[in-house]
Order: sequence, then structure tokens, then C-alpha cells
Amino acid sequence: MTESANRGQERDRSPVPNADVCVIGAGPAGGLVADSLADEHEVVVLEAGPRFDEADRLERQERAIRPAYDRPDVWEMGGERDAHAASGEWFYPLNHARVKGIGGSTLHWQGMVMRLHEADFNSGTERGVGPDWPIDYADLPPYYVAAERELGVAGGADNPFAPPREQPHPMPAFRPSYSDSLFAEACNELGIAMHSVPNARNSEPYDGRSECVGYGTCQPVCPSGAKYDATVHVESAAEQGATVIDRARVEQLAHDADSIRAATYTTPDGARHRQEADAFVLACGGVEIPRLLFMSDSDQFPDGLANESGLVGKYFMDHLFAGVGGILDEPTRQNHVGFLTSESHQFYDDAGEDIGPFKLEFFNYAGPSPVELALTGEDWGDDLLERLRSEYGNHVAVGALVEQLPREDSYVGLAPERTDDRGNRVPDVHWHVGDRALRTIERANEIQRSILEELGAEVTWTVGPDETGPAYHHMGTTRMGTDPADSVVDPACRTHDLENCWIASSSVFPTGGAMNPTLTIAALALRVADAVDAALR
Amino acid sequence: MELSRRDAVAALAALGIGAGAVGISQVGDSGSEGPPEAELPDDAHVEAVAVAVAEVLYPSAVTGVDEFVSEFLSARLSREGHSDGVREAVATVDDHAQQWHGEQYVNLDDNTRDRVLRELGTDTAEEDPEGTVAERVRYYLVNDLLLALYASPTGGELVGIENPQGHPGGTDTYQRGPQ
Repeated sequence: MTESANRGQERDRSPVPNADVCVIGAGPAGGLVADSLADEHEVVVLEAGPRFDEADRLERQERAIRPAYDRPDVWEMGGERDAHAASGEWFYPLNHARVKGIGGSTLHWQGMVMRLHEADFNSGTERGVGPDWPIDYADLPPYYVAAERELGVAGGADNPFAPPREQPHPMPAFRPSYSDSLFAEACNELGIAMHSVPNARNSEPYDGRSECVGYGTCQPVCPSGAKYDATVHVESAAEQGATVIDRARVEQLAHDADSIRAATYTTPDGARHRQEADAFVLACGGVEIPRLLFMSDSDQFPDGLANESGLVGKYFMDHLFAGVGGILDEPTRQNHVGFLTSESHQFYDDAGEDIGPFKLEFFNYAGPSPVELALTGEDWGDDLLERLRSEYGNHVAVGALVEQLPREDSYVGLAPERTDDRGNRVPDVHWHVGDRALRTIERANEIQRSILEELGAEVTWTVGPDETGPAYHHMGTTRMGTDPADSVVDPACRTHDLENCWIASSSVFPTGGAMNPTLTIAALALRVADAVDAALR
Repeated sequence: MELSRRDAVAALAALGIGAGAVGISQVGDSGSEGPPEAELPDDAHVEAVAVAVAEVLYPSAVTGVDEFVSEFLSARLSREGHSDGVREAVATVDDHAQQWHGEQYVNLDDNTRDRVLRELGTDTAEEDPEGTVAERVRYYLVNDLLLALYASPTGGELVGIENPQGHPGGTDTYQRGPQ
């Protein structure tokens, strides 16, 4: 596999004349916006990372399995291009958390796609903490439906805690795993309801892509293409006439008093280009969007573009992981697939001021993968086989995602002195978590432990408040609101300060809930596309 | 438990070489002489040494190692950038066998073959394609062969998993209870 950074030097990466829309970032938000607008408008997409060759996916899978490679190596993250700082109370492993390239972080994501709950849009009113969103759940169902159709979601109607639906998911849910059946007995005794998981993963052939064939390496790479990634929509946009420029690193947004005039970007040959357009959509994620706005400061906007509120970069949030695992004295059949088939959202809407929302996840990949285990250790032959048999086969685990509240002291800024290979200041993720999230992790641990005890498992590990880490969902850094004094974008996701600049990203979430954010990112991106289309007509 | 051609094809799928590439460069007679000094060994010698190494690494319950390794290796050696690493690892093993034990690796008995790998430090080394000699041999030879076995259906079944990670074994097995 030739590193993608060494390919494509010869491509034409010059700007597109007379562009209507310039989309910055080719992940799911940028891909959906570009795909929605490309039929009627001249669209150009600028992506900092490369266009990865689909034929390399099996080799990337090998990297995912072999111990010689770290997670960022799979999709070529790291190095001076991706330098970053983490100055907060909690370290943030940014390059484990994102992929730069056509497809963005959906190239390595898990692919779980739930709708936010109704109360998530009204946290201040319903739970007594955090702001309300300026929009309600009722504003989003048509976009949620469209997003589920676009991504291809396999899901069931068996979740009694989910918000109301208008129609079934596009594909049937994946059937429960054998270990789900073990958990079901214990949960039944405890009065905990389990249900299926909406997956952006084909349970049957869909949209010209294969059904899941069980490679088991979903996160960080799906060689079959059954797991949705945003190359689907970026390529679709290109087929409709959009121009997609990879390895185009946008360094500044040139602007006048109330609008963006051009995106200035550099290409691998060192050339600097200027892409003009009538409308700009920032879709490069909750870290790079504030970074770009800060890098676009000027005499007129000394604190950064679209930052009259002073809130660009503020309120950085992620979801936190909580988990308890153990072993049974019987086979549990783990690691056949790399995705989840059962969850419980039963405790989600118990959330209030002290305890936040959280959801429980029943693992299908608890304990070690025998393949990965075989590549470490000092034994081989019969001794190795004996070790593999003793270490694989009877693990169980229950995970959870937990909400973190927005805090002004949790933010993305620019590192004061460190620059990347182009001389631009690198992002600094200054992450603070807060006590409510830690209390919520403890609450999730209590329930997880009770399930494993009911199951008769010996508990062998716990990820609690002291061991927790991020789920790699970057939210909050350009929050949505009606008042320009306390938000960055308006309810239509257009910046208050610049009339031709929209933001399509979880960076607009005022609060995060505890559901994986990508379906809501996709729904909001489709809504942004409608707004841009209307503005251009 | 016998390794089959299907296992080799499955292993190749997990290792980034499609089934279409399997068998396109069949190796020749395995009875060739060792590599000339300062030259990398040819396909036939690489295969002979790799089979001998696999017989040490694989559990005794496995049969059909020759054909499995041959099938796997023929495609593995066609991968640009990887092939030289495998050949260099084989040359290293052979060179050590010759200098310390006075024989080519393939002519050593099983216990001495095992010793050679341990004398090189490949048992305690962590794989690294750009690391020390031991780390490179661990990466290109020892772990390549272990990965091939345990990402195959037969290797997985030895451990108790019919669809090991890296093998596209479908979405039925995760639903099944123990047989």
C-alpha cells in the first residue's frame, strides 16, 4: 500500500470558477450537503486529507489487526499536518478521534445511528441544566427520515424508549447475538428492557452496497463497504457535477464586513489558491471549524471570524464511556462481528440535574480477539493454542455512553506557540468534563455491575470515573441559538455574523445528549442544504 | 485439523490480497539451494523455509501446512514492499542456522528450528517492519504465518471461533450458541 499522501500529486487542484457553494470538509455533513446541492448548483468541496483508494481497505484492515500499528496509522493520521495540543484537565487523543480524507471520520466510525430524544432538545427546561436548543425534536423528523434513508439504517421498532417514528427504518435490524440472549435472561430478572440497535450498516444489500459479511473490524475499517461512510455521498456529488478537491488545506476565510468572499487553501505542490463562492458551508468537524474561524481573524474580527459572541471554540463536549466487564464459566461467542446488536435506553430519560442521560450497550466483542492475541506473547505451537483457548471465549461486557454538559472552560483554541508543517497554529483541545458526567458514569457502573452479577459473571474490569475516556464525538464549539450574544449560529445553522456562512457539524449542538451524534449531524446537514438552496434562489 | 485452500484464500483476504491474486505466481521446486550471499532468496527457498517455520509455529493438531503456506506465500510475495521483507527475514533465519548450527534451516530438526527462532529473539520481540532484526523477522515471518493461520476458518475453529476477525464469514455465526 502506497501511503495516500504520496499519491495524486499530479491532480488539478485549481479553484472552480463561478462556484455557487464551497463546502469545506468531505465527511458525512459535507458529503450530504454537497450531494443535495450538486444537481442544481455549482458545488466545490475542499478536503484537507487524501482520496483513499478503496482497493487498499484490506491492507488497512491488516493494520487494524497487527500490533505494529496504532489506530491513527490505519488512515494515515498523525505527523506534522495533524499536530495538536491538549492543555485541559483531561488529555484528549485527537488523532485517534478523527480521520482526514474523503469520507472523514465515518471511515473509522462504529456506525451507530440513533435519534436524539425529545428531552435532549430541552435540557434546561426538562432536566434543569444546560441550555435548550432553539429547535425542537418536532423540527427534525423529515430530516431524520431522509438521513436514515441516505445513510442506510438497519433498525427495528422494538425500542420502547425511542422518540416517535414516522415509518420503519430502511432495512431490518441485525438479529440479536448469542451473548444478547445471555444478557436477556439477566436483564429480564432485573426488569431492564433490551432492544435492537440502529446501525448504518447494511443488513441486506442497499444502495448498491453489499450486506455485512462479518469481517469484524468495523472500527476502524470496513473492507466490504457494508458500513456507511461518507465516500458514498461525496462520490455521488461528484457524479452530479460537483468538484471534489482532495489534499486542499483551507487556511483562511477571506471576508468583508458581513460575508465570506473566498477560502484560501494550499495544495501538495505548495501552491496557494483562492476559491470564491456565493455560499460557504463549514463541515470539517468540531475541532477544525473553530480552528479555521480563529485562523481567519482580521482587523475587523480580531477574535476570529463569526465570533462576535466570543463563543467560538467554547463548550467543547464529548460523550464519555463507562463499562464493566467480566467472565462467565461458559462460552459467550464474542468477536465474530464488530458491531452491537442490543442496547437499553431505559434509563436515558431519568436524567435530571444530578445525573445525565446515558444508554447501555451489550458488547459482541468483549475480551480479546484470538487473531490479535496470537500476534503477541512469547509462545507458539501447542502452547500458543492453549493460551488462546484459555483467554478467548467467555468474556462479557456492558458499555455505556454518558452525556457531558457544556462548560465554558472546556474549549478548542489555538495552541499559543506550536505550528503545523504549513506554519499554522495547531488546535488545542482544552477538555474539562464536570462532576455530573462523573456521577452519571458511577450510576451506569452500578447498573452494569448488577447485570453482570445477575448473569453470574466474575467482574474483572470497570471503566469508571477515574478511567473513562472520550467517544470521539466533537460537539458544542459553534453552538446554535437565537441570541447572537450567546451563540455562534442561528437556528438554521447560519452564522449570526456572516450572511453566507453555514455550519454543518455537531459543533452546533448546544447540548450533547448521550446518543451517537452522526444521525443528527446528517439530519442537520440536510436541513442546511435546504437553507443554502433557498438562499441561492 | 486440516488446513485447506479455502483457509489460505481466507487468510489472504484478511491480509489484503484478494482471492484473485492467489496462485498467480506459483513457486517452483522447494528443493533449491540456499540463497547466494548478499542476495535475497528466491521464491522456492522462501517457501521451503516458511513451511519449516510454520511447522514450529503451528499447533500439532494442524495438517496440510505445506499447501496452505505455499498458497498463502505465493500471493504474499507478490505484494510490493512486503516481499523483500519476507525474503530478508528468511535470509536472516537461514544465515543464523548456517552459522550457529552448520545447516540450512530446512535441514534442522524441529527442536533446533524452534531454538533458532528463539536465539534470534523473535519470541520476545514485538513485531515492527522497520525495527531490529528480531522485530523484522517477527513481523515478516513469524507473525505473517500466525496471522495467516488464526485469521482462517480452520485456525479460528481451533480456538473456538468459526468467523475470526479479518475473515468475511458472514453474519450467522455470531447468532449461534456453542455447538
